[in-house]
Amino acid sequence: MAGADRMLDTSPKVSDEVRKTTCYMCACRCGINVHLKGGKVAYIEGNRDHPVNKGVLCAKGSSGIMQVNAPSRLRAPLKRTGPRGSGEFEEISWDEALELATSWLEPIRKTAPEKLAFFTGRDQSQSFTSFWAQNFGTPNYAAHGGFCSVNMATAGIYTMGGAFWEFGQPDWDRTKLFMIFGVAEDHDSNPIKMGLGKLKSRGGKVIGVNPIRSGYNAIADEWVGITPGTDGLFISALIHLLLRAGKIDLSYLANFTNAPCLINETKGSPEEGLLLRDNDGKTLVMDRQTGSLKPFDEPGVKPDLAASVEIDGVTHRTVFQHLAERFLSEEFSPEAVSEKCGVKPGRIRAIAAELARVAFEEAFELDQSWVDFRGQRHEKMIGRPVSFHAMRGISAHSNGFQTCRALHVLQILLGTVEVPGGFRFKPPYPKPVEAHPTPHCHSQPDCPLDGPHLGFVRSPADLALKDDGTPARIDKAFTWENPLSAHGLMHMVVSNAHAGDPYKIDTLFLYMANMAWNSSMNTRGVMDMLTDKDESGDYVIPRIIYSDAYSSEMVAYADLILPDATYLERHDCISLLDRPICEAEAAADAIRWPVIEPDRDVRGFQSVLIDLGSRLGLPGFVDDEGVPLYEDYADYMVNHQRRPGIGPLAGFRGDGTKSGRGEVNPDQLKKYIENGSFFVEHVPDEAAFYKPWNNAYQEWAVGLGFYDKPQPYLFQLYAEPLRRFQLAAEGHGERQPPDHLRKQIIECLDPLPVWYPGLEETLVDQDAYPVHALTQRPMAMYHSWGSQNAWLRQIHGHNPLYVPTKIWMENGFEDGDWAKVTSIHGEITVPVARMSGLNENTVWTWNAIGKRKGAWALDEDAPEATKGFLLNHLIHELLPPKGDGLRWANSDPVTGQAAWFDLRVRIEKVDPPQESQPAFSAQKSPVGTGPFEVRQKVRT
Amino acid sequence: MTQLPETTDKKLGLVIDLDTCVGCHACVTACKGWNTENYGEPLSDIDAYGSNPVGTFLNRVHAYEVEPLDGGCSQTVHFPKSCLHCDDAPCVTVCPTGASYKRQEDGIVLVEEEACIGCGLCAWSCPYGARELDQASGVMKKCTLCVDRIYNENLLEEDRVPACVRTCPAGARHFGDLSDPTSNVSKLVVERGGFDLMPEQGTKPTNKYLPPRPKDQLSDADVLSPLLKPVAEEPKGFLGWLDKALEAL
Repeated sequence: MAGADRMLDTSPKVSDEVRKTTCYMCACRCGINVHLKGGKVAYIEGNRDHPVNKGVLCAKGSSGIMQVNAPSRLRAPLKRTGPRGSGEFEEISWDEALELATSWLEPIRKTAPEKLAFFTGRDQSQSFTSFWAQNFGTPNYAAHGGFCSVNMATAGIYTMGGAFWEFGQPDWDRTKLFMIFGVAEDHDSNPIKMGLGKLKSRGGKVIGVNPIRSGYNAIADEWVGITPGTDGLFISALIHLLLRAGKIDLSYLANFTNAPCLINETKGSPEEGLLLRDNDGKTLVMDRQTGSLKPFDEPGVKPDLAASVEIDGVTHRTVFQHLAERFLSEEFSPEAVSEKCGVKPGRIRAIAAELARVAFEEAFELDQSWVDFRGQRHEKMIGRPVSFHAMRGISAHSNGFQTCRALHVLQILLGTVEVPGGFRFKPPYPKPVEAHPTPHCHSQPDCPLDGPHLGFVRSPADLALKDDGTPARIDKAFTWENPLSAHGLMHMVVSNAHAGDPYKIDTLFLYMANMAWNSSMNTRGVMDMLTDKDESGDYVIPRIIYSDAYSSEMVAYADLILPDATYLERHDCISLLDRPICEAEAAADAIRWPVIEPDRDVRGFQSVLIDLGSRLGLPGFVDDEGVPLYEDYADYMVNHQRRPGIGPLAGFRGDGTKSGRGEVNPDQLKKYIENGSFFVEHVPDEAAFYKPWNNAYQEWAVGLGFYDKPQPYLFQLYAEPLRRFQLAAEGHGERQPPDHLRKQIIECLDPLPVWYPGLEETLVDQDAYPVHALTQRPMAMYHSWGSQNAWLRQIHGHNPLYVPTKIWMENGFEDGDWAKVTSIHGEITVPVARMSGLNENTVWTWNAIGKRKGAWALDEDAPEATKGFLLNHLIHELLPPKGDGLRWANSDPVTGQAAWFDLRVRIEKVDPPQESQPAFSAQKSPVGTGPFEVRQKVRT
Repeated sequence: MTQLPETTDKKLGLVIDLDTCVGCHACVTACKGWNTENYGEPLSDIDAYGSNPVGTFLNRVHAYEVEPLDGGCSQTVHFPKSCLHCDDAPCVTVCPTGASYKRQEDGIVLVEEEACIGCGLCAWSCPYGARELDQASGVMKKCTLCVDRIYNENLLEEDRVPACVRTCPAGARHFGDLSDPTSNVSKLVVERGGFDLMPEQGTKPTNKYLPPRPKDQLSDADVLSPLLKPVAEEPKGFLGWLDKALEAL
C-alpha cells in the first residue's frame, strides 16, 4: 500500500481559540500562545512576537498543561488540624480563612507590626508585595534574593548600575566571544539559549568557566573546570595579565569610570580612602588639558588616569593607580593562582590573550553618532565584541560579592560594557546606587513603614539598626554582619525567629517559598524549628500562614493555607517597577490574565493580599473612609499609581497611546491582551549604547518615567560606599560596629575587588573535608515548583551525586553504588554516578529533585522520595561555632548572600541502604496522590 | 509486508546541530504536547506519579560523555533522537499489517494506527530505537515529522514546521527537503559536514546530524605571546607607559 491511498488529515483544526499570556513555569517570563479547545488548555507554544522568547519555548513552558492538570494542586483554603508537619488539615471557606488571617494580623499591626515577618519566594510581584508590607508597617519583608543571587545584583549595582539577566544581556547580534562564569542551566533560560544559537551560527566562541561541564558549558568551545570559590582569583589573574600588557581601554576608563577620581591617601584620617569632591559633592578629576581639578562631568574635561595631586598637604592619587598596584602584584600572576584555581598558568594566559585579541583586534565601529553627558559629540560607536554573563556559581559563595565585582571590573577594563558587541543594560537599567532608595526599617504601631524596606546603603548611617544598635529586621539584613544585604536574608528568617534573635515574632507569612525543604539550608533543623514548642506547649514560632498553588513540603508546616491559582488562571503584572522583561533595545512589560478559570476554590495570591489589605484597612488599600480601593489585583494593576502618571503597567496609558507616563486607562488590560499581553517601547538608535553617559538615552528614560531627571554617572571601579564601612571599622564615625566584626568588615568590604577564601573553608579541616559539593538546576526543571509534573519528572526523576573520575577511582566506585557524604554539619547517604567533565575535587547533584514522601501528590515510593536527596542537609545557615558564643551566618559578609557553594565534604563508599538518608516520615497529602495513568488529550 | 516507495518526491527531514544543542529537552515536551493532542492516540504516561513512570515520547535527548582515547578532557554531547525517516526503512518492510508506511510524496514514515496491532516488530527492526509502543493504546508511536503541522492550513505559514523545530531555543534543529540541494538543510549539511547516523546499518536515514566543532582549542599561550607582552617590567614603568599612552589618546 502506498502512502497516497491513506486517510490522513494533514490540516486538522488546531484549536478553537488562542489566548496569549505570559509563562510562569520558571522566572524567564516568555510569551505563550495558549490553545484552547472547548475551554480547556489543549496546547501551549511560544509567542513569536514576544520580546523575551520570540516564539521559542523551553521544556518547562511546553509542559505547562501538566502543571494546570497536576494532582498536587491545592483545592481550597486549609486549616491545620493535626500537629505541624503532619499534613493534617481541614478545608475551610475563603471567608473563614481570610477572617482567621485578619484576626491574627490585625492585633499585630495595632501593637507591634514587626511581629509579622512576610517573606515571598519566587515572587514576581515584589513591587506589590513590598507595597503591602510597607503599608502593614512591618520592617520584615523581602523576597528570595538573599538565598539566590543578591551578590550578583548588588555587586552590579554598586559597580555599574546593573548586573546580568534582568539587568542586561550580551549584544547577541554582534558579540564574538562570550564568557560565562558559574552559569548553571537556568538564569536566564531561553534568552541565553537563543543567544548561544545566534552566536554559534556566526562562528562566535564561548568560554565556559564552571566546575561542571554540562548544559551551556558542554557546548562551550573552551571549558575551564575551575575549583569552586576561586573564580575571583582567576578573574584577578586575567586582570593582572591584561593590565600588564596594557590591553585595557584607557579612553573608556578615563571618560566613563571613576578610574580618574582621586583617593585621599592620608593614613589614619577619617577621610582616608574617600574620593576628592567639590562643595557640591561631585567627584573631581584632574583635567589633562588644563592641569586643574574639575568636576567629573564638566564639558570638555579630559580626565587624567595618572594624576597625583597634593592639596593642603594631603596626597591624592587616582583610583586607576590604586587598582593597577593591586592587580599588577605578583600574587595575581597565573603561576600564583594556578594551584588554588585548578587551572594551568598557560590556560589562564591563553584566555587573557583571547580576550585581548577579540576586544582590541576585532574592534569595530557602528556608523551612529551620539552625544555624551559632557556634551561631546561622537561620530561613531566603537564596538568591542567581548561579553560576559555570570550567575549563582560565583554568586553563592561567601566571597561572591567581591568576585562579582572583580568580573564587572574586568569587563569595564576591557571597555566592553554598554558598547556594541559587549554587555548591554536593559531599561530601566542602568541605575546607579544613587537612583535607588536606601533601606527603611522604622516601624510603629498602626502605621506604615517609613519607606521601602530594601535599598542600597551608602554608609553606616543607612544600616537597619535600632537606637540601641540591635538589628531592626528579623533577618538582620543591613547590619554590620552584612551591610549591603539589598535583598534581605530569607534563609535566616526561620532560624532567627526560632532563636528569638534579634527578637521574637508572632506570625510568619510566606508565599511560594519551600522553606521546609529545598529552599532552606539545614533542612531538618528548619523542620524542627517550625515544629518546636516552648515550655508552655506553644509553638516557638506561634503562627504560620503560607500561600502556594501546590502541595509542597512547606504546606504541612503552616497553620493556614491560602491556595494560589496557577499562572493560567490569574492576573499578574511583570512591571517596570519590579523585575521587568526588557531587552537592551526596548523597554517592555507584560501581564498574565486568566486564560482559563480555576476549576476549584483557589484564588490568585495577589488578589488575596488586596482582600487582606482591605480587611485590615491598610493605607494604600482603603480610602479615608475605609472603603477598599481595589476590587482585585487586576484592578490594582490598572488603577494604582506609584507616582502621578506612573503605574504598575507602562503601556497603553491615558487614551491608550501613552507609554511610561500617563493617566490611568480603564481599558489598559484589554489593550495588553490585544497586543499579546505585553508592551514594548523601543530605544531610539542614538540611545542604544553608552546608556549611562548618553544624553539621548537619559532623556528617553526620563520620558518613560524611569527617573525624573537625567542622571549620568561613572562606573565605580572603586566602590566608595564600602570604604565608608571600613572607616567605621577602623574607628571613625559615630555609628560603630561591634568589635568582633571589625576585622571582617575591613577585610571583606574592600572598595577594590579582593579575594578571600570562602568562610566555611577557613573554619573546617580541609584534610577531613577535601571535596567541594555543589548543586545546579537542570534546564527542564529550573525552579522546583514544576518538578512533580508528569512529563518533566520522566526527564529528571533521579538525582545521583556526580563524582569525578579521580574520586570515583580512589573509592573503587562502580555503577549502582552508594556513598556517604559528610560535612561538618551532617551526613547523607546517596546514589553516585561517574562524571568525567567535572573538576577533580568537586561532586555535585541536581537541586530540588529530591522530594519528601507525601508531598507533591507523588506516590510514597516515587524515586524522588526514595533515591532523591537534598544537599541542603549538609549545609548550615550558621558557620561552625568559633568558640566565641556568637552565631555567625553562613553568608557573604558583604551582602548576606547564602553561601550554598562554600560547602566542603568527604565521600566514602557504603553498602546501599533501602533509600537515601536521611529519610523522613511521610507527610499526609492534603490532596491525595495522582492517577496511575495519564492520557493527555482534550476530549470535547 | 509493506513496500517502500522506489523514490520519493521530497525527502523531508531534520538536521540537528550537535554543536549547538544544549540538552534542554524543549523539543521533547513540545513534541509530546503537540502529538498527544493531535495525530492518533494520545501519548500515555503510565504510573505517571509513581515509582516507575513510563511515558511515550517521540523524541528524546540523551547526553553522552566522550572521553578521548589519548586522555585529555571529556566532552559532553547532547544527542536528540527521533525517527530518521530512512529511505530504506526496515520498520516499514517488517510490518505484517501494512500499518507502517513511507509516504511517496515527502518520504515521511508513518504508522496508520487503525491497522497497527502493536506487535512491536517495527521497534525491534529499527536500529535507532526510534519507535515506542504506547502502553495504554497498544499502538506503535513514532515521529510523524508533524505531518499534521507542516501542511496545516490552519497554521500560519511560518508555523508549518515540526513542533520541535519551532520551539528549539538554541536553533539547533532545522527542517527542510534534503533532496533539494538548494534547501537550507542541504546547505547546512554541506557546510558543516552533516553525517548519517550509523550508516553501516544501510537504512539511508534522511535526518542528518551536524558534528560538534572541535573544543578546547585555545592552546597554552607562550609567555611572550605578543598580545600579552608586558608594557613595562616594573610598576613604575607602568606609570610611564600610562602617561605616554594617555598622551596618545
